[in-house]
Amino acid sequence: MAFTAFSTGTATEQGPRKSSRIALLLLLPGVLYLMLFFLVPLVSLVITSLQAPLELGDIGQYQAAFRWENYATVIGQYGEQILRSFLYALLATIFALLFSYPLAYFIGVKARPWPLLQNLMLVLVIAPFFISFLLRTLAWKQILSDESPIVTGLKALSLLAPDAYITGTPIAVVFGLTYNFIPFMTLPLYAALERLDTRYLEAGSDLYAKPFTTFRTVTLALSMPGIVSGVLLTFIPAAGDYVNASRQFLGGSGTAMMGNVIESNFLVSLNYPAAASLSIILMAAILVLVTAYVRRSGTEDLL
Amino acid sequence: MGQGFAESGADLELVGIRKRFPGFTAIEDLNLSIPAGSFFALLGPSGCGKTTTLRLVAGLEEVTEGRILIGGKDVTATKPYQRPVNTVFQSYALFPHMSVLENVAFGLRRRRIADATGKAHEALRLVELDHLAARKPAQLSGGQQQRVALARAIVNRPALLLLDEPLGALDLKLRRQMQLELKAVQEEVGLTFLHVTHDQEEAMTMADTVAVMNKGRIEQLGAPSVLYELPRTVFVANFLGQSNLLSGPVIGTTADSISVDVEGTRIVVPRSRAHRHRGNVTVGVRPEKLVLGFGPPEESAASNILGPGRVIDVSFSGVSTQYLVAIAGVGTIVVFAQNIGTGPVASVGVEVWVSWRVEHGFGLEDEDAPAPKFPSDTDTATIAVQKKRALMSEFGDS
Repeated sequence: MAFTAFSTGTATEQGPRKSSRIALLLLLPGVLYLMLFFLVPLVSLVITSLQAPLELGDIGQYQAAFRWENYATVIGQYGEQILRSFLYALLATIFALLFSYPLAYFIGVKARPWPLLQNLMLVLVIAPFFISFLLRTLAWKQILSDESPIVTGLKALSLLAPDAYITGTPIAVVFGLTYNFIPFMTLPLYAALERLDTRYLEAGSDLYAKPFTTFRTVTLALSMPGIVSGVLLTFIPAAGDYVNASRQFLGGSGTAMMGNVIESNFLVSLNYPAAASLSIILMAAILVLVTAYVRRSGTEDLL
Repeated sequence: MGQGFAESGADLELVGIRKRFPGFTAIEDLNLSIPAGSFFALLGPSGCGKTTTLRLVAGLEEVTEGRILIGGKDVTATKPYQRPVNTVFQSYALFPHMSVLENVAFGLRRRRIADATGKAHEALRLVELDHLAARKPAQLSGGQQQRVALARAIVNRPALLLLDEPLGALDLKLRRQMQLELKAVQEEVGLTFLHVTHDQEEAMTMADTVAVMNKGRIEQLGAPSVLYELPRTVFVANFLGQSNLLSGPVIGTTADSISVDVEGTRIVVPRSRAHRHRGNVTVGVRPEKLVLGFGPPEESAASNILGPGRVIDVSFSGVSTQYLVAIAGVGTIVVFAQNIGTGPVASVGVEVWVSWRVEHGFGLEDEDAPAPKFPSDTDTATIAVQKKRALMSEFGDS
């Protein structure tokens, strides 16, 4: 997108040489930044992922090699965590969408006659960002802990078995992921729904469509760009998240996701090639999933 | 849900409709009956409540009071998607994410009518746009979008088709063409059309019956020619074409005419063409019925004479020339003279007399004299002329 706009801009007759030089100059900081902080680490990550242990070396000492087996090894070893990452991310994305869509619809469409209410609700959506992500997740750990009124209350109502707990379970992890990414889902949805022309809804209703049919065929279709960007903004970081699922936060021994495995390989067992190949697998898998998703939803111009 | 295709148009009846919005009343006690198969126009300035009336019939607004009957069935409490009514919206409201064909087939699909695609193609052929069926609405011109909106509505064969100023966004030439096409379509499919517009010419060329609406009420209703020939109120006289209005007390009545004293001049109007016969009466005459004369015309019982006055402005518009004549005590009179090459050509400053045949005048129902001395349609022209005169006299004095 940006490149096509750029090329049509320079293709005009008035001094293409000069304008292209300025454009290059303006692009330079961005290109340098990408080279330095994206391309170099990426190449270094690929090199690391192919390293082999140093012969007779200490733990954490590796040498350059072409050990493709590293990938097969980590997939075999951590297949469970890889699948779990995408499952949790998928669940969190679905729950966040189900929660955010009505919220965004209310703020962006129903609350239009009251701009003050609209702004207030938007502030409430964004407000959690003022507190650290880690603190908020820790707070949920407290709220969901065994002694908390929520858990004791549920137990008193017999909705929860007497020996049951919430923290450390997949439920808590998916809940934490959902909670943390709701603003990322709500804001793009709001941006799409805020532009929704309600005259299309009247036209749908005039053409014999019941409210739900109008929603399905008109509202949902017209807010698709918002849904796609919300899903991407939620799914991608959620799949790589290692805070919610970690044992210090909402996770337990059976909830480790790819981020946790990468973290422990890098920092605990010092198995850099395994961590690097896991990172590359995560990146590639997300790329493939996202491309397929965007293709399917018919909003290629986002790519 | 609708009951399939309507065999023919249905009649629409509005009984005692009142619509209040927070802070103001949009419609005040509206009663209206539109016979099946007719082309009915609601004409009025913006804010007169005509679009609100349309939205009430479509079900997009709820009435505060009153009943709406379509084909004898009370639909007041039903939802828009349950009414056998379709609307061509002012903004067209074509679904931007669907192709032209999907837009047109939308209503058919919702009612699960067999062969929706085939019928949609047929409707597109009617508006001569079938070759663009695969395009998105944004890829069409304004006129084409308008025709798609029309096809999307008539493909459902509604008992009643509502048109909300659908031609407003088109340029003049396209608008004329679309007016003819719309009228042809209406005659072809035989549906009842309710057309809302502020364009009096559009209303008169297309509709069988025109209702002139003002401030939430219907001022007058009738065939376009009747409304034009015999307006009942000052508002109608000025909104539908231009009028010269004069007022004064009735000074004499005979079996078939009344005489009104306008600043010392006796104006005669046929009794049958006057809505009031006593007290202060406002009489009017259309500008094209007036004849300019350079000398005092012969007094006769068959004509009314005003003058002498001075021509203060001449504007040529092709088929006719518009003269503004200032007559002392009476005001400014507008005269349209056909450019047939034989009549006198007056220039600014010339002393003239204005006359018209008695049977061309009409008497209004309104009690009082119209507040402005000149018709609202010529406001800008007249005001400009008066400004010019004021300026010229100012320069003359100094």
